[in-house]
Amino acid sequence: MTDHSLESDRTLASQGALGPAALDDRSLAYESGLEVETRSQWTYARRRFMRHRLAVGSLIVLILVLGAGLGASWVAPYPYDGIDLENSGVGPTFDNWHLFGTDLLGRDYFSRVLYGIQTSVQVAFIVALLAVVIGTAVGAVAGYYSAWVDNGLMRFTDLMLTLPGLAVLLTAAAFLGHGSPYRVAIILGFLLWTTLARIVRGQFLSLREKDYIDAARAAGAGDLRIMFRHMLPNCLGPIIVFATLTIGLAILLEASLSFLGFGIQPPTPALGLLIAQGQDVSTDMWWLVLCPGLTIVLIVLCINFVGDGLRDALDPTQRIRA
Amino acid sequence: MPEPVLSIKNLTVEFTTEDGVVHAVDGISYDVNPGETLGIVGESGSGKSVSMLSVLGLIPQPPGKIVAGEALFKGRDLMKMPKRELRRLRGGDIAMVFQDPMTSLNPVLKVGFQIGEAIKVHNAGVGDDEVRKRGVALLRIVGVPNPDQRFDQFPHEFSGGMRQRAMIAMAIANSPSVLIADEPTTALDVTIQAQIIEVLKTAQHETNAAIVLITHDLGLIAELADRVIVMYAGRVVESGDVHTIFANPRHPYTIGLMESLPTLTAEEDQLRPIPGQPPSLIRRPPGCAFHPRCFLSSGRERCRTDVPELRGAGGDHLSACHFLEELEGYHSKLAGAAV
Repeated sequence: MTDHSLESDRTLASQGALGPAALDDRSLAYESGLEVETRSQWTYARRRFMRHRLAVGSLIVLILVLGAGLGASWVAPYPYDGIDLENSGVGPTFDNWHLFGTDLLGRDYFSRVLYGIQTSVQVAFIVALLAVVIGTAVGAVAGYYSAWVDNGLMRFTDLMLTLPGLAVLLTAAAFLGHGSPYRVAIILGFLLWTTLARIVRGQFLSLREKDYIDAARAAGAGDLRIMFRHMLPNCLGPIIVFATLTIGLAILLEASLSFLGFGIQPPTPALGLLIAQGQDVSTDMWWLVLCPGLTIVLIVLCINFVGDGLRDALDPTQRIRA
Repeated sequence: MPEPVLSIKNLTVEFTTEDGVVHAVDGISYDVNPGETLGIVGESGSGKSVSMLSVLGLIPQPPGKIVAGEALFKGRDLMKMPKRELRRLRGGDIAMVFQDPMTSLNPVLKVGFQIGEAIKVHNAGVGDDEVRKRGVALLRIVGVPNPDQRFDQFPHEFSGGMRQRAMIAMAIANSPSVLIADEPTTALDVTIQAQIIEVLKTAQHETNAAIVLITHDLGLIAELADRVIVMYAGRVVESGDVHTIFANPRHPYTIGLMESLPTLTAEEDQLRPIPGQPPSLIRRPPGCAFHPRCFLSSGRERCRTDVPELRGAGGDHLSACHFLEELEGYHSKLAGAAV
């Protein structure tokens, strides 16, 4: 496509800068020579992420595991509550595809873990979504308006941070009732937004001083437009990283809550609940604790690696150079 | 004399700081006539930018405070205008080009989006195709080659000069009556400066906007301005037609500014800078703020006690010097520099 020499393109380019008259045909000639591929920041971020081997590997594992969990009704070899007393207490084996063994009632633990992943991941996504929405809104408003609005919102955030998490979780679970995965998700979501609020506020405070925000204001943009169209896209990096890591944290917290009996109730399978049910007989049937436990570890580990990779990709300035 | 499009009267702006109150702008008045180019010159901190920013309601309050004055835009006082209406004017009928194009474009938004936004904010219900068409046309006016492709690029793919062109395109998107250019070429290198000057001329030609050119570059003033206002320590010290000011300046400060410039034509061994430092705007020298640095004052009592008022020095030419008559015969070496 380049039958012009680079030299002639340069001259054409410099002529193009001279005046608007007759620019049309010149720019046509220019177009045929030096085409520039439009690369967004996302293109660069994706490249940086792809260079992060561990994160890419983790992402693949995560997609497989979460995919299997979300598609449990198709993937799982057995229903999660299918009782089969003839095969009770079988250890991990390839016979009949009891990969994670069975419990005393003969329920297939591989299937139960898959359904458990489904529940836990659904909960975690709702938690992350809630935390991101609340945290971003609080942080953005506080950082943009500053003065007393900032003061009020941030003191409230501080207050939320001082609350002893587990105690509040247990109390809230007791008051709001537990059982429904969504109720657990909402309780966690309302507790986990504080970090993000602080991050977003900090970003907004520094963005507020940028020339391009002044320029946007001088162009007649209103407060909301400046906050959400101009400033928010500049903090998407930290927000995405936070959301990823929060999914991991939420899976852990939900598991602890369920393990303690304040989270999701049987018969709905959840990872923490499976461990709790397995621990009574864990001396004989170690797989009932180990399999769901390792699943949690695998998921959370992968999420954290992906989160780290995303941080390096989206915010190169924060990278710790090895 | 046509009705001025923007008329600033007795504008006083102060900033409260830990060290005291900074009198950034102290009772200045000037008119901007339709379609003209008004140059405002002065050192850093002379209140050039603050006076224009406060007109647009863009100075942070607090610490800034508009103590007094009015700014009549097409007969309406911008200072008393509701925020919402003032916002509609900004970027619409009064637009602004900022100093540093490298930091004035949002890095995460496409240039086209930012230009398009300037159009959309002020024209509700314009379709995306129309916005794109107008945006590309604007980029073409300001001389961005390949505008259709450039429209979809990000600021980091633009060079400094191209970015300033894009900023100018944004500013003229709604055919403003007043275009404020706050040191539009300061952050650019010399060859690009010349191009941007041409772009500003084209932009003015296309929109018939009055340009308020804030700068400390007398060369830029000579190139573009029709009238000049010289500011010192928050006050207007001299104003008049650009040819008159460049040929026969009647204020010692203006003379000092011109003397301190090198010329290409005359043989000069040394530049003659204005002695001393610009005064603190917290504790301004009494009387004429310029008297400690003034060659004409030489310790005269009146300079230290009386604040000089702007008064006529022939025609529209005004100067705020007690002894401007003594400068009558002065001819600047820059005479004829203005085009």
